[in-house]
Amino acid sequence: MKILVCIKQVPDSAQIRVHPVTNTIMRQGVPTIINPYDLFSLEEALRLRDKFGGEVTTLTMGPPMAAESLRKTLAIGADRAILLTDRFFAGADTLATTYALAQAIQKIQKTWGDLDLVFTGKQTIDGDTAQVGPGVAKRLNLLQLTYVSKIVEADAEKREVVIERRAEGGTQVLKTKMPCLIAMLEGTNEVRRGSISDSLRAARAEIITWSAKDAEIEDLGKCGLKGSPTIVKKVFAPPVRTDRAAFVEPGKNAGESADVLIEAIFKRHPALEEDMTKLASGF
Amino acid sequence: MSDKPAPAAPQQSRASAKKELPEHFRGYKHVWVFVELERGEVHPVSWELLGAGRKLADQLKVDLAAVVLGAPGEATRNAVKESFVYGADLAYLVEDSILGDYRNEPFSKAVTQLVNTHKPEILLLGATTLGRDLAGSVATTLLTGLTADCTELAVDADGSLAATRPTFGGSLLCTIYTLNYRPQMATVRPRQLPTPVRDETRVGRVVEFKADLDEDKIITKLLKFIPDRESSKSNLAFADVVVAGGLGLQSAENYQLVRNLASALGAEFGGSRPLVQKGWISSDRQIGQTGKSIRPKLYIAAGISGAIQHRVGVEGADCIVAINTDKNAPIFDFAHIGIVTDAIRLLPALTEAFRKRLSPENADRLAG
Ligand SMILES: Cc1cc2nc3c(=O)[nH]c(=O)nc-3n(C[C@H](O)[C@H](O)[C@H](O)COP(=O)(O)OP(=O)(O)OC[C@H]3O[C@@H](n4cnc5c(N)ncnc54)[C@H](O)[C@@H]3O)c2cc1C
Ligand SMILES: Nc1ncnc2c1ncn2[C@@H]1O[C@H](COP(=O)(O)O)[C@@H](O)[C@H]1O
Repeated sequence: MKILVCIKQVPDSAQIRVHPVTNTIMRQGVPTIINPYDLFSLEEALRLRDKFGGEVTTLTMGPPMAAESLRKTLAIGADRAILLTDRFFAGADTLATTYALAQAIQKIQKTWGDLDLVFTGKQTIDGDTAQVGPGVAKRLNLLQLTYVSKIVEADAEKREVVIERRAEGGTQVLKTKMPCLIAMLEGTNEVRRGSISDSLRAARAEIITWSAKDAEIEDLGKCGLKGSPTIVKKVFAPPVRTDRAAFVEPGKNAGESADVLIEAIFKRHPALEEDMTKLASGF
Repeated sequence: MSDKPAPAAPQQSRASAKKELPEHFRGYKHVWVFVELERGEVHPVSWELLGAGRKLADQLKVDLAAVVLGAPGEATRNAVKESFVYGADLAYLVEDSILGDYRNEPFSKAVTQLVNTHKPEILLLGATTLGRDLAGSVATTLLTGLTADCTELAVDADGSLAATRPTFGGSLLCTIYTLNYRPQMATVRPRQLPTPVRDETRVGRVVEFKADLDEDKIITKLLKFIPDRESSKSNLAFADVVVAGGLGLQSAENYQLVRNLASALGAEFGGSRPLVQKGWISSDRQIGQTGKSIRPKLYIAAGISGAIQHRVGVEGADCIVAINTDKNAPIFDFAHIGIVTDAIRLLPALTEAFRKRLSPENADRLAG
């Protein structure tokens, strides 16, 4: 089975700081990680390869330093890694990103043969749009399966895939045909650590690096800032509430504290008492 | 890379670039809301969107249209009626037996055809699993911009949609415009915007639309739908009272204190993300950026520090009560009422005190 996994290198968002004066993101020294959601898709891809044979290629579009993240995917067990990097791609929104990725994926298919499956993560933790997967699928005319909680069956011979998908009120069991694009839900599998031989191989492996020209991107006007219909007009920190919580002094014991707290709540929101009385008695 | 706010400099120059809408987009008019109807039920985010859409349409002096796709029948017709009650002027109705369950292929086809025929300037969808799956394909097919997971929508002086969304895990907000392309598309998080007041007297015009759909040409088939078990299903997003716990509770056993209080109040219970990771609660009970957004009248947070990713999911609450041993915990920066004390000891007392206070005898007193 020939499988491609799109990954993205992202700043470790727990550590993002905003400059208090200029309101810009302070990236210096912020460590980067593979977008955590992508790892569930990578794991699923590796499992299918282990079961059916074939190869797993990882692809990212990003700055040269994103090669680090790709190397990690090799250490986890991917067979080949491709970095798409060029100044033409800078400032891309999702539409421009999916254009470049889709073009690169076509070049990958020209070079190494047609893909059976393409995986993306559910969403990124920096862009957070969950749009790149559906966009790539649309551009490549792949059937799309998002929020997948389980791959029930993938039959390379019959070219059929059966999956479970998280819907709003339950789980859909869907059957579709390869080639298709799958975005796994988080927490759906245990991401492997990779073997020692994989990490040795990864340390020495070549990260295939493609410029826009190498990837044979047809129309540079559809890439990067130029190809992006959306623009970010303003970036700002969430408004800070200047008033802190009104503190209630705890009583001598928990019982007293509970009483003063309830008093404070109902004093602030008198209507709550009636609402909550109804709710507590079950109607 | 996508919708990424930094670096600020080059984008600012682009932001001030002259906006000239190409000729063929000038005819795109009116605000549309996609009404999310699945298996006969409308996702409440649709009504929230109609509330927001109404304001945008009034400002732009255009119509607000609901887009209803569904299988022929009562539920679909009802969704149309309800759309008027919540503020729509008209509804585009696509009735087809193919559209009873959500699947990407027929839904994105139908919506794309509808947009290409009737040309809206703004198209809003809920940021649900359905809405996000659909919006990404529709926007790419139409080659237009899409701003995901917005928390606020406005129209600026020249009539463009200003869509504001959190980014970098909620530590920043950014306002995004779609220049020179139509429709301007956005998905909006459930429970971020208020549900509009119902107006039962409102009626509207129905425009039926025949989409070119053929089951034989749709490759993806639904084999089965397994509904969430009603009993264990969390109704967090729509609960009036929510009690939640965090790592400060120190053990799964102590988390039971949160459930006890919730049960005494007839409330829903939830928690911070680490509790899901520890397996103390199921993932549909996680509150915050990567969990549920809630908008209750009362939110009680016990032993939760109030990290930004938690905060963005609870800020819509009318009254936030925080119980924390650390008076400097960030949660006190956005809670309305705080108490610096041990939650493990306070929770049982609070459960008891609420029981007494909210007992039926007291209810009689209130009513009398
Ligand atoms: C990409 C990303 C997404 C995330 N999404 C979410 C999300 O959706 N929701 C979410 O909640 N988090 C999310 N997080 C995690 C978030 O950053 C915090 O780590 C998390 O919210 C902290 O949980 P906590 O408050 O329970 O634990 P802690 O931060 O450890 O806080 C425990 C608190 O309990 C207090 N405490 C200790 N003992 C007691 C006691 N006996 N009585 C009372 N108080 C006590 C402490 O003072 C402390 O304030 C996300 C993180 C990332 C990176
Ligand atoms: N620059 C990129 N390079 C490769 N894959 C990406 C890139 N951006 C997004 N993706 C993929 O698309 C998914 C959804 O991203 P997003 O739409 O940004 O939330 C991610 O989980 C990745 O798998």
